[in-house]
Amino acid sequence: MKSIDALCWWLEHTALSQTIQSINWIVPAIQTIHILAITVVAASALMIDLRLIGVFSADRPLREVSARFLPLIWWPLLVLLATGAIMIIGEPARSLKNPAFQLKMALLVTVLVVTALYQLLLRRDPGLGSPASPRRGTATAIATLSMLLWTGIIFAGRWIAYYS
Amino acid sequence: MTFPEGIEQFLKWLEATPLAVTILENEILFPWIESVHVLAIVLVVGTISIIDLRLLGIASLDRAATRLMADVLPWTWGAFVIAVITGSLLFSSNAPKYAHNFFFEGKMVLLAAAGVNMAIFHLFGLRDVARWDTAQRTPPAARAAGTVSLLLWIAVVAFGRWIGFTLH
Repeated sequence: MKSIDALCWWLEHTALSQTIQSINWIVPAIQTIHILAITVVAASALMIDLRLIGVFSADRPLREVSARFLPLIWWPLLVLLATGAIMIIGEPARSLKNPAFQLKMALLVTVLVVTALYQLLLRRDPGLGSPASPRRGTATAIATLSMLLWTGIIFAGRWIAYYS
Repeated sequence: MTFPEGIEQFLKWLEATPLAVTILENEILFPWIESVHVLAIVLVVGTISIIDLRLLGIASLDRAATRLMADVLPWTWGAFVIAVITGSLLFSSNAPKYAHNFFFEGKMVLLAAAGVNMAIFHLFGLRDVARWDTAQRTPPAARAAGTVSLLLWIAVVAFGRWIGFTLH
């Protein structure tokens, strides 16, 4: 037996997994909390990305828009990881062995790297968001990449249900 | 809920339209439309909550309320239009079943309530906005509108998720 199968088998037989499987409102309730946390992350990322492109709050410094919304990309991740973990424990094989889930995790890691790099770049170059910045192309590229990746994450998340 | 015969017939007609049949029978069309629907709703709820938190006096306090609304709401409306179009397509594919689903009916009622709440706020709650636009402390009417909006949209997401677990 492959180790992932062993892990899924073990998880499925834990008391917690049995509880999640036997109470039928747990999964939709956890998924609701998961989606609500995603609304916070995705809208916050969108606000920063639109500001980076220059089509949102253009009169407000990028630094301020980032200070408002960057924490709301990072902190809800804890809620997403917790609720995501509960869903995995409830149905390990349906998630861990699912190509849509694996793609979602790869996209998530990528977007977090992109976000961290953006944060570093902004710290080094506070003028990044200004219309006169020589890095306008970079700013647009970061924003486009971020929006595509978050869209991919949400799509892949929905597709987990169709790949079992 | 039971509907008048005319509405039942309309739901059956809708379900039999070529577009609805295509969505139901094509294996990947439904999940694709559903993915766009989820993305749109996520952005509607996420952006509205930015406004709600400002109305509650909790966040974005360095920005005038009307200014924040002018910045954010066009994106909210854009996402809402996409959510309505994709939602209608999903509905058409199984119209009678959705229409008789408790959580779908509840979601529509909650959406209508969110619309009424917004209309009341725009008609009455914003009348004296000049007095508190840049203030960190917002008046009770604004706080009430923000609270009601947050709760209704959270419920919309919950009811929407429950449709998928009860539509059988």
